[in-house]
Amino acid sequence: MKLFQFRGGVHPEGNKQPTADKPVVRPTMPERLYVPLLQHVGPPAEPVVKTGQRVLKGQLIARAAGHVSAPVHAPTSGIICAINDFQAPHASGLPVMTIMIESDGRDEWTDLTPSEDPFQLDPEEIAIRVGAAGVVGLGGATFPASVKLQQARNSKIETLIINGGECEPYLSCDDRLMQERPNEVIDGIRILQYVVQPEKVIIAIEDNKSLAIEAIREAAKGHENIEVAVAPTCYPLGSAKQMIQAVTGKEVPAGARSNDIGVLVHNVGTAYAVHRAIRHGQPLISRIVTVGGAVTNPQNVEAPIGMLISDLLNFCGGTADGVQRIVMGGPMMGQMLPGANTPVIKGCSGIIALTEAQVAARKPGPCIRCSSCIKACPMGLVPLEMAGLIRNNELDKALELGLRDCIACGSCSFVCPSNIPLVQYFNYAKGELEMRKRAEHKAVETRKLSESRQARLDAQQKARAEALAKSKAAAAAKKSSSSDETGAAA
Amino acid sequence: MTPPASHEAITGPHTYTPLTVDQIMRWVIIALLPATLFGLFIYGWPAFNLLIITILSALFWEALCLKLASRPIKPALKDSSAVLTAWLLAMSMPPWSPWWLAVLGGFIAIVIGKQVFGGLGQNIFNPAMLARVTLLVAFPVEMTTWITPEIPASASQPDFLQGLQITFTGIPQIEAVSGATVLSHIKTELTRGEILPALLEGHYTPLFSTGGFTRGSMGETSAVLIFLGGMVLLYKKIISWHIPFAVLGSVVLFSSFLHLSNSSIYADPYLHLMSGGLMLCAFFIATDMVTSPATGIGQIIFGVGCGLMIVLIRSFGGFPEGVGFGVLLMNAATPLIDHYTRPRIYGRRRSGDPLPVPDHDEKK
Repeated sequence: MKLFQFRGGVHPEGNKQPTADKPVVRPTMPERLYVPLLQHVGPPAEPVVKTGQRVLKGQLIARAAGHVSAPVHAPTSGIICAINDFQAPHASGLPVMTIMIESDGRDEWTDLTPSEDPFQLDPEEIAIRVGAAGVVGLGGATFPASVKLQQARNSKIETLIINGGECEPYLSCDDRLMQERPNEVIDGIRILQYVVQPEKVIIAIEDNKSLAIEAIREAAKGHENIEVAVAPTCYPLGSAKQMIQAVTGKEVPAGARSNDIGVLVHNVGTAYAVHRAIRHGQPLISRIVTVGGAVTNPQNVEAPIGMLISDLLNFCGGTADGVQRIVMGGPMMGQMLPGANTPVIKGCSGIIALTEAQVAARKPGPCIRCSSCIKACPMGLVPLEMAGLIRNNELDKALELGLRDCIACGSCSFVCPSNIPLVQYFNYAKGELEMRKRAEHKAVETRKLSESRQARLDAQQKARAEALAKSKAAAAAKKSSSSDETGAAA
Repeated sequence: MTPPASHEAITGPHTYTPLTVDQIMRWVIIALLPATLFGLFIYGWPAFNLLIITILSALFWEALCLKLASRPIKPALKDSSAVLTAWLLAMSMPPWSPWWLAVLGGFIAIVIGKQVFGGLGQNIFNPAMLARVTLLVAFPVEMTTWITPEIPASASQPDFLQGLQITFTGIPQIEAVSGATVLSHIKTELTRGEILPALLEGHYTPLFSTGGFTRGSMGETSAVLIFLGGMVLLYKKIISWHIPFAVLGSVVLFSSFLHLSNSSIYADPYLHLMSGGLMLCAFFIATDMVTSPATGIGQIIFGVGCGLMIVLIRSFGGFPEGVGFGVLLMNAATPLIDHYTRPRIYGRRRSGDPLPVPDHDEKK
């Protein structure tokens, strides 16, 4: 299948070996799991269990809070030992409400509702079950999958793209998934196909995953309208906008959703999770995580959600000497973790240990206008000009140049020979603008409140004055009448 | 694992391209080496002195400016940008220029051309060209004393001591060793009523000019070796093809047009390509990142503008060579070109409005 070009992009060292060549392994169940209630886009899930309660593997422990949210399930059987704040796997290191489970070592499943033939189910029902299983976008965006399916069902989808790009260096979890469980992935894709009813399904895989391509091609054989497209390796192909452009040649209009141009994108990992949720009734309680970089035994691990990253690293033989930074996700867009004492979550595609030499602080120098960043930007922005404006605090001008269109892929920072933290400037500016907007909103609301208070006070005062005048008048009337009386009396 | 320092929020990317500014500058110098060595070879010790003095002068002024501005000196000197500027300047000056011209050139390039704008990356004009053109206007005699190249060890090439003498006290028997460049010869002879190609007899053969045995600055003589250096830069992806292609292509186009219209006044495109600093301009000067546009289309406009200016000045201007002026004029136009040649943003029209969302009728 012929693919289209997308603009820009960079070619970082792949570093996918050796994890891409080794089978996925399952670790021993840790004694304690820390399951955060916020692992998705939207408000955190609400706990439905109490401390001390025994739960079974796959049992709902927190329900979705509202429409765009996702429930959370117990990754193993055991006792809820606490529901408390715990360090989130996020650069901020801020705590998030977390359910802690003491494993009883039995790993006993709860009652599941598998479906022998999902194609007999109502598509609506499937979307509901996917939501109830807590499936979120596993490519990293962690948007609740059912919400995406419901939205797609309301628009006409021409192309369902299954994203097997995995363009981030080091990561090979999707690669291994496609190599080892191609039939399950294809089954998940067929369920998605059944729900969304697209004209065609295209599985896009980067050409550095030849074994995965072969396996998926084989598994897709004989299934109608499912095609495999091999894309040249280029970061950020895995970004939805670039993926859509590469596969369909179309661009998502600014401010619109991919639905609007008849495209829906799901990650291969999400398709697999849908398969597990529908065929086996199993909620999303584990995922394949690439443990790579400077660890003794880099490999892909099918880790239960809530497993501490320190446990995960220990399972892989520990980190090598001189490891300076632990990153969740890939090295391009991944988050630096404040430490390893934080759990694996649904969106955790990789845990990468980087050494001091790899992350050595490189001092930013002056911009020599080499324009590498402009060539690298997949969105067609001018990072060097935007960064210059942000440095001068001219955020509005940066907005005019397209700051909002930045997808924060980091290609500009990656190529900059002067080490200018370009994408960091943009993230800062976006946050700052958001804060200003909120402050402005607050100011407007405050003004409204104070105005209405003033109006209320005025009204009260007026009423009081009127009442006073009235009573005065009444008193005067009374007085005059009484003085008349007294006068008369006198 | 050593914990990260405090709670520094470090966001991605956590990996970088290996190319740094220092390396870019160094690769450009490496690409200049073949032509430089050849220039030193045919012009001898005085040319070597010129190169060294210009570089030392540039480094001195750079350090002085940084010190006055209380900015760190070491990283700025380490990035080799001043060395490169000086190198390009030395390669575009007469190879036997006196020492004071080199010192002055270094001053103009670094102080007026670069540091007053705020240092590396801030200047509008190419510092080397700014210095060259200023010197040319201020010292027309010294800046047009072109030495006849000699095979080394021949009696007329100065030894080391004679080289020092030439650099510091002046050129003895100046008429015997100097003459006009091909371009200035053409300009002079045309004003005397001579016509092409007869006036070139004994002054120009395409082969000699191509090889580099012709009068001029070190950056003018060997078009072939400069071209070779340019290929290195293209191969290393330090420059893109847009500017060199646009400069050379437009010079060929415009000069062909003139040549075909009147071949007795206007030189042929091959002579244009091989003469003067055109090759140096196309690959090393117009491609200066700081002073050229950022996008491919902008670079093509810029390159065509340079080519047009060069042909116009060479053919109709008062100066025989137009590279310096051409580049400076287009440098001034760069911010404007950049403004109008921004790439189209994904999902938006060129105007910045979002692309239209397809009709809702198509939906279910």
